[in-house]
Amino acid sequence: MDLYEYQGRELFARHGLPVLDGDVATTPDEAAAIAERLGVRAVVKAQVKVGGRGKAGGVKLAENAEELRAHAERILGMDIKGHTVHKVMVTTTASIEEEYYFSYLLDRANRTFLCIASTAGGMEIEQVAEESPEKVVKMPIDALKGVDEATAREIVTKAGFPAEVADQVAEIAVKLWQAFLAEDATLVEVNPLAKVSGGKVLLLDAKVTLDENASFRHPEHAEYEDKSAVDPLEQAAKAKNLNYVKLDGQVGIIGNGAGLVMSTLDVVAYAGEEFGGVRPANFLDIGGGASAQVMANGLEIVLSDPAVKSVFVNVFGGITACDAVANGIVQALELLGERGEQVTKPLVVRLDGNNAEEGRRILDSANNPLIQRVDTMDGAAKRAAQLAATGK
Amino acid sequence: MAIWLTKDSKVIVQGMTGSEGSKHTRRMLAAGTNIVGGTNPRKAGTQVDFDGTKVPVFASVAEAMAETGADVSVLFVPPAGTKGAAIEAIDAGIGLAVVITEGVPVHDTAAIWAHACATGNRTRIIGPNCPGIISPGKSNAGIIPADITGPGRIGLVSKSGTLTYQMMYELRDFGFSTGVGIGGDPVIGTTHIDALAAFQEDPETEAIVMIGEIGGDAEERAAEFIKNNVTKPVVGYIAGFTAPPGKTMGHAGAIISGSSGTAEAKKAALEAAGVRVGKTPSETARLMREVLSGR
Repeated sequence: MDLYEYQGRELFARHGLPVLDGDVATTPDEAAAIAERLGVRAVVKAQVKVGGRGKAGGVKLAENAEELRAHAERILGMDIKGHTVHKVMVTTTASIEEEYYFSYLLDRANRTFLCIASTAGGMEIEQVAEESPEKVVKMPIDALKGVDEATAREIVTKAGFPAEVADQVAEIAVKLWQAFLAEDATLVEVNPLAKVSGGKVLLLDAKVTLDENASFRHPEHAEYEDKSAVDPLEQAAKAKNLNYVKLDGQVGIIGNGAGLVMSTLDVVAYAGEEFGGVRPANFLDIGGGASAQVMANGLEIVLSDPAVKSVFVNVFGGITACDAVANGIVQALELLGERGEQVTKPLVVRLDGNNAEEGRRILDSANNPLIQRVDTMDGAAKRAAQLAATGK
Repeated sequence: MAIWLTKDSKVIVQGMTGSEGSKHTRRMLAAGTNIVGGTNPRKAGTQVDFDGTKVPVFASVAEAMAETGADVSVLFVPPAGTKGAAIEAIDAGIGLAVVITEGVPVHDTAAIWAHACATGNRTRIIGPNCPGIISPGKSNAGIIPADITGPGRIGLVSKSGTLTYQMMYELRDFGFSTGVGIGGDPVIGTTHIDALAAFQEDPETEAIVMIGEIGGDAEERAAEFIKNNVTKPVVGYIAGFTAPPGKTMGHAGAIISGSSGTAEAKKAALEAAGVRVGKTPSETARLMREVLSGR
């Protein structure tokens, strides 16, 4: 889960890291009130999870609260690369003397964590790494030992931070690691970490990604869930505990197991090439135990997508028994009927594995004209694509 | 032969008395796995009856090993307890720990891995978030259905559970030496490379199927390894060509970040290493048939 900058700033502040004073606002009046409270020149920044907002006019400096209100009015509601601005962050300003880069992140390949630090901050670190790799220091962090003062000093020395900021950066390095660990983050990135006039080092930006697998021990992270920016179907699916991702095609997909569902998307897209470029409309993994209820919930979400013209249910029964899945499909259609949902879109169902014979028999005897049984994954994908393209 | 799990493996189940643990212990027993015990400190000294097979419960992995000579542990422990349970297995020095649990925080998995390394890597860890390992006809440690296929000459390593089942089903007439589900999390214990190296050494394995998916660069590194170290034929499959960037596709690790972790890049890397990569599971199975019929 990626956080907004203002959430990251608050998270850093909570862990004792030096950030600019400020707050977040959803209206121009709120923004002006924050500027009033800060009582000095202030910056207003669009809160979107995409880069390039400065260039898009989403970051403005204001001399007073009135000017800031005017900027906030223009920025709120602005579209930045397809992201609508719903919130702005208002902070005090700082006169930057030097810009650095600092991050901790998960290093999948080495199965540990990595610190990346550079004295060349303020621009994309990938660009720095390409143009002057000697300015970018990458240091593996032992997951058990973490970052103590000695490790922090080593990072500071290797990255070549100037002597006058070394103590401050080392302290920030330790505290930032503590925040990274305590919050179960997979990324904390500060760009720029800046020396401002007077010599103080501040974290002027905050990019934070949290591990959703750890949410059981962070109930407070639930507030970071970004309801406004998420697709309404994805929201509805999440409320029903379904693993659903909205895509842009016409064939609704329901399957069991993440790998098989990803594979199903691909197979449908290949099959769709024959039918004018029909594509999968979503990813939906109903997991191991597909009860009638889960199947009904899944079908309801997929069928409520207006872009969906046909549905492909692709199940390989491992632990899940196909007869249970077949009963689930049949009952789900009845359940949806009882809920008053008029189901008109055809379902192509492919069942294999555990109890497949019995599952297929149940589908056949249901005698539902909407259900079409095809027994291979490729054949079923082709049929679903054809139905989506031609309606027959 | 087979890799890592044989008919002589003595298996214990951590979390055997829980609902998932007992369900799958029963299935593993039915598949012929030699289950010698389970652990639960609160129920130590008791026995659990699985359709007439009585399995003793021990207080700890160390005790279970001392009493039974167990060398494999399968973990059905909730996410919050997985780190503790895995570290217990590592400290006891068990040879193989298969972590089935889905939803383990990545900081915990990184800590488990660091602990295994710091204590000399005596324990091979498979998972987390994986279906486990099966050597058909010999032993089954995890949740892979044992009735899809029998023993044979194909070795399989996969990030995905149901795609593993699908591929075993497609090639069920050939059979498998061992199938390893390594899991779809960003940090995992056993990698594609570990399995490829073991299959290369296993006399029973004639050819290898490798199943990957979007996210990370494990497949690219496996391709490099194959180029330099694997002489047996390898057929590959990658899932997620249509996955959009920035979206997690079910598995915590299945995410394209920027331009890295795409299916195209993985396929290209494998093909450059001489691996034939199928576009679909059925085409992949067909490629494997061609490989084996020529031998």
